[in-house]
Amino acid sequence: MLKIDNLHVKLEEEDKQILKGLSLEVPAGQVHAIMGPNGSGKSTLSYVLSGRDGYEVTEGSATLDGESLLDMEPEERAAAGLFLAFQYPVEIPGVGNMTFLRTAVNAQRKARGEAELSSGEFLKIVRAKAAELQISPDMLKRPVNVGFSGGEKKRNEILQMAMLEPRMCIMDETDSGLDVDAMRLVSDGVNALRGPDRSFLVITHYQRLLNHIQPDVVHIMADGRIVKSGGPELALQVEEEGYGDLLAEAR
Amino acid sequence: MADAAVRTKDQTPTVEGSPKPANALDARLAALTLPQGGFTAAARRDALARLREMGLPGPRDEYWRYTEPRAFNAPVPQPIPLLDKEADSPLFGDRDRLKLVFVDGRFDAAASDDLALEGIQIDTLADADTRQDHWAADLYGRLETAGQTPVRRPFAALNTAAAADGVLIRVTSSPARPVHVVHRRASEDADVVWHHVIRVEEGAELTFLETGMVGARSNGVIEADLRPGARLHHITAKRAGHQKLGLSHLFVRVAEGALLKSFCLSVNGTLMRHEAVIDIAGDDAVAHIAAAVLGDGNVGAFHHDDTVFITHGAERCESRQVFKKVLKNGAEGVFQGKILVKPGAQKTDGYQISQALLLDERSQFLAKPELEIYADDVKCSHGSTTGAIDEEALFYLRSRGVPYGRAIVFLVLSFLADALEEIEDEDLRAEINDRLEAWLTLHATQ
Ligand SMILES: Nc1ncnc2c1ncn2[C@@H]1O[C@H](COP(=O)(O)OP(=O)(O)O)[C@@H](O)[C@H]1O
Ligand SMILES: [Mg+2]
Repeated sequence: MLKIDNLHVKLEEEDKQILKGLSLEVPAGQVHAIMGPNGSGKSTLSYVLSGRDGYEVTEGSATLDGESLLDMEPEERAAAGLFLAFQYPVEIPGVGNMTFLRTAVNAQRKARGEAELSSGEFLKIVRAKAAELQISPDMLKRPVNVGFSGGEKKRNEILQMAMLEPRMCIMDETDSGLDVDAMRLVSDGVNALRGPDRSFLVITHYQRLLNHIQPDVVHIMADGRIVKSGGPELALQVEEEGYGDLLAEAR
Repeated sequence: MADAAVRTKDQTPTVEGSPKPANALDARLAALTLPQGGFTAAARRDALARLREMGLPGPRDEYWRYTEPRAFNAPVPQPIPLLDKEADSPLFGDRDRLKLVFVDGRFDAAASDDLALEGIQIDTLADADTRQDHWAADLYGRLETAGQTPVRRPFAALNTAAAADGVLIRVTSSPARPVHVVHRRASEDADVVWHHVIRVEEGAELTFLETGMVGARSNGVIEADLRPGARLHHITAKRAGHQKLGLSHLFVRVAEGALLKSFCLSVNGTLMRHEAVIDIAGDDAVAHIAAAVLGDGNVGAFHHDDTVFITHGAERCESRQVFKKVLKNGAEGVFQGKILVKPGAQKTDGYQISQALLLDERSQFLAKPELEIYADDVKCSHGSTTGAIDEEALFYLRSRGVPYGRAIVFLVLSFLADALEEIEDEDLRAEINDRLEAWLTLHATQ
C-alpha cells in the first residue's frame, strides 16, 4: 500500500535536513506504529506524505499503490486515499463543520468519478458516525474545531477519517491529550475502520494507544530514519526502558 | 500605521480644457439640475450656501488623503455602457417585501409595489417635495448638517442641495415586510443624486434593504432618525460585475435605547466611498456598522473607502465597527474609522476592527483608526490587521480533499464571517452568505 524508500527531506527555507534516508513499507490491511523521541521527524514525515508546503524532497520516493505521492497536490493525495489525522487540528472560524465535511466528502467522490452524496444521505451517515464518536449535533454545527477541547478536536479528526474512508490513514499523535474514555472512543473508531484494504500508520509517543490499536509492526524512528523495526513487543520495551538503549544499539 | 500608509498622489488634476480648481465647484453645479424644492427649499438653499463656503475636496484635504476625489469632483461622469442584461440582483428577490424601484435615480411607480403598508408611511421625495409641509421637513438636511462637524463632507451638502428623488419613510410600528429599494439603470451617463429620509418612531422597527446599480455615478444620502427604543436594520448590497463610481453618506441619530445595525456588502466597483456618521445621542443605545468588501483589480481599477465617524454623547451605549476587505489583483482598500466619546458619555463600550485579506502582494489596505475620548469610565478598543491566506488552514482543507479554489472560498468566507455576524436576521445573513459564496466560487479561479 504505502512504500517509502530512502526519503530525504530538508526544509525549503533553511539548510536543515530532517528526514535522512527513511524507508518503510506498510502492506494493505496492516497497522504500523512509529515511535520516536521528540524532534526525530515524525510530524515532518506525515506532512511530506500529505503534501504540505515548506519541505523539499532531495532524494528518495513515496508511493501509494505504486503511484508517486510526491508529485500530487494535497487534494489529489486525499482523493487517492491518503488521510492525515493532524497532531494539531486547525481551527477555521466561520466555516461550519458539516459544510466542510460534506464538501470534502463530495469533492473526493467527484475526483474519483463517484456520485456525490445528497444532503439527506450525507446527514444520515454523518449523524450515525458522529454518535459513535460521541460528537454532539452541536459540535457538528459549530465552525471547524472552533471552541473544541483537545479531545474533541481529535475525535473530530477521526470523524473526518470515518466519513472520508481513506485507504491509507496516518495518525500523528492522535492519542496525545486524550483521557482514558476519549482514547477508547478514538481507538474504537479506528478499529471499526480496520479491514483488509485499509492500512494505518500510527505515530505515537506512548505504548498505551497500542494496547487499544494492536499494531502489526512497530518502527522506532530517530534523527530522520527508522532505526529499528519489530513486533508489538518493541513498543513495550520503549515503554519500560525509554529510547536510550534502543538508540545506542542502533548506532 | 496611518503614516506608513501614505501614498504619493497625483497633485495636478487639471486636464487641458477642464476648469481651474477655483471654478471646479461652479462647473460641478452647472452640470446639475438643482431642484427648487417645496418643503426642502430652505434646506436646499442652506446646503448650497454651505457647499460654496466649504468647496469641493482638494488634493490636500486630510479627509481625502487615501482616496482621490477627482472623479467625484468632475462635472459629469464617464458614461458606462449598459449591459446586455441589466437584471435585478437576485438578492432578497424571493422574500416578502415592499419593493420600491428607482430607475436612474427616479422612482418608477409602475415597477414598484403599492406604497401602502401597515405601520408605515412612505412617500417619494420628488412627489412630496411639490408640497410645503411634510414630516420629513424636520430631518431633510438636518442630520446631514449636524454631521458636518467636526469634519466637512462637501458631497453630502451637495446631495442635500441637488437630490432629485428618494424615499421618505416614517415607521410607527413594526411593519411585517422589509422595505427594499431596487436601483436600475436605463442610460449610460446618469449622474444620480438620491436622498432617503427615515424616521423610526418610538419602539418601532424597520428592515431597510438596498440593492442594484445606480447610474454611471451616484451620490447617495440616508438620514435616519431613530426615536427612543426604535430599531433599524439596514442592509445594502452593491451589485457585482459592473464598473461603478459611488459615494454615499449614512447619517443616523440614535436616541435612548434605540438600535442601529447597518451592513454593507460591496463587490467590485471602480471607486467607492461610504461614509457613516453616527450620533449616539440617547442613553443605552446600540449602533453597529459592518461591511464585507470584495475587490478584484482585474475587473476594473478597484478602490473602496469606508469612512466612519461614531460619536458617543450618552451613557452606557455600545458601538461596533466591523470592516473586512478581501483584495486581489492590485485592489485598494481604505478604512478611516473614528470613535469620539464626549464628556459625560460614561460606560461607553466602543469597538472597532478593520481587517484586510490580501490575496496577492499587489493589493493594499490603508487604515486609519482613531479614538478620541473625553470621559473616564469607558471601554474602547480598536484594531487593524492586514494578512494573507492562512497557509495552515489552507493545507488542512486541501488535505481533506477540498480543491484549492474551493478551499480559498472557505477561507475568504471564514475571514468575512465576523462582519456577516452583524446581520441580526439569520435568514438575511444566510442569504448574503450564499450570495457571497456563489460569487466567490464563480471567481475563485480568476
Ligand atoms: N517548519 C519548520 N521550521 C523549522 N524547523 C522545523 C520545521 N519543521 C520541523 N522542524 C524541525 O525538524 C525536526 C523534526 O520535527 P518534527 O517532524 O515535528 O518532529 P516530531 O514530530 O518527531 O517531534 C525538529 O528539530 C523540528 O524543530
Ligand atoms: Mg510531532
